[in-house]
Amino acid sequence: MAEASYPDELLYHAEHDWARIDEGQGQATLGITWYAQDSLGEVVFFDPPAVGTAVTKDSSYAEVESVKAVSDVIAPLSGEIVEVNEGLADNPALINEDPYGGGWLVKVRMSDPAEREALLDAASYRDSLSG
Amino acid sequence: MPTAPPLLQRTPLFDRHREAGGRLVEFAGWEMPVQYGGVAAEHLAVRTSCGVFDVSHMGEIETTGPEALQLLQRLLSNDVARIGFDEGLQEGVAQYSLLCREDGGVLDDLITYRLGPERFLTVTNAANHERDLEWFREQAGAFPQAHVSDAATGFAMLAVQGPAARGIVQQLCSQPLPDRMRAAERTLAGVRALVCGTGYTGEDGVELMCAPEDAGSLWDELLARGAVPAGLGARDTLRIEACLPLYGNELTLQRGPIEAGLGWACKEQTGFIGAGAVEHARHDPPAERLVAFVVEGQGIARAGNPVQGGGEVTSGTHSPSLREGVGMAYVPREHAAEGTRLQIDVRGKMRAAVVRPKPLYRKG
Repeated sequence: MAEASYPDELLYHAEHDWARIDEGQGQATLGITWYAQDSLGEVVFFDPPAVGTAVTKDSSYAEVESVKAVSDVIAPLSGEIVEVNEGLADNPALINEDPYGGGWLVKVRMSDPAEREALLDAASYRDSLSG
Repeated sequence: MPTAPPLLQRTPLFDRHREAGGRLVEFAGWEMPVQYGGVAAEHLAVRTSCGVFDVSHMGEIETTGPEALQLLQRLLSNDVARIGFDEGLQEGVAQYSLLCREDGGVLDDLITYRLGPERFLTVTNAANHERDLEWFREQAGAFPQAHVSDAATGFAMLAVQGPAARGIVQQLCSQPLPDRMRAAERTLAGVRALVCGTGYTGEDGVELMCAPEDAGSLWDELLARGAVPAGLGARDTLRIEACLPLYGNELTLQRGPIEAGLGWACKEQTGFIGAGAVEHARHDPPAERLVAFVVEGQGIARAGNPVQGGGEVTSGTHSPSLREGVGMAYVPREHAAEGTRLQIDVRGKMRAAVVRPKPLYRKG
């Protein structure tokens, strides 16, 4: 997507990651923000972690690579990976084209749902970008 | 106390880069566009039609006088006497060479254009320009009839590259353009420019050198005829596919021309500085050798990644043309044969790669 966008229904981590929380399942879907994909440029490779891997809030759990550079992806929440986006293996450009939809990276079973309190809402995240 | 940001130099095309949506980054002390629309699209524009790069950050050294040739013969690894100048056509030859220290360590890699019987222009890498200039001047002491001058502020430089590049530039010029590896002055849409049949992309094309104040109108004329602005990102992916070395990556003071595979640009019989070391390396080859590789399967090796069994990746990227991870690496000589399988440690993950012949991409 060409224009910057930060959906209101998501929670954001200052390292340019988002989380969509599914209360019923105790799960969260994670991805990188519009700003992150725009800074990276065309994503050509996403190296997903294995299902079952534990991720820790504020730590890197995967890498995305553009033609120019490789970038760590930081977990906004802790938990265990229950699913990875297999579609990105053939079409990593989805991360650029649809960062909040088809470009999602992983789903985690949250180990500490209270961690979300430390995340930013869309307005705060947007402010952090202009600061 | 916060330190002041370094003062970056800007080319005469700075405003045009901004207008074109260029993302500007620091490069060798300059504020340069790394990309406009996207690296892959710019890369493919150069491979299929025409891209234009602002390379005004590159430096120039002019060497003139009755002993100019003798001085350059001492400085440059190639046989400068072989680059001629046609007085009738007012056209000179271009030549690639290395600037070496006595021990063969590479100070820079250069293109030298002969602009007259006693006049040469050498293009330097921006990051090395001052050191090169100092080295030229130091050696010029032994050649009182040679004069070295810093010409870097006198020129803007545009690289117009791709299968459609010559056609586009020709539209601006009533005279034929110089052939590959030749250079001549031409008037392009009213702008006086040195037109050089050179480039750094593995495609046909020309490089244009003009007065800084003329660069904007030349840029506009090229864009109006279909040249696509291309940034340093695409310049890097293009040169990696073409296996052209980059100073600081493939070439350093710690490595000589032979291990870099640049023996063809060295003519030891001229007695250039470093000729002895190069001759020695030809007969007693260095332990490592620069190879090109492609990653098998997923993954992208990057500069600095170690190769298992010795050696290191010097450049690596995702190739927009080949759509796989590609790069160059120094590896032990016994692992340098085509088809040799390498294991590259990409941030803790082993990636399989295979040595391929250079260049990785050859124009169709």
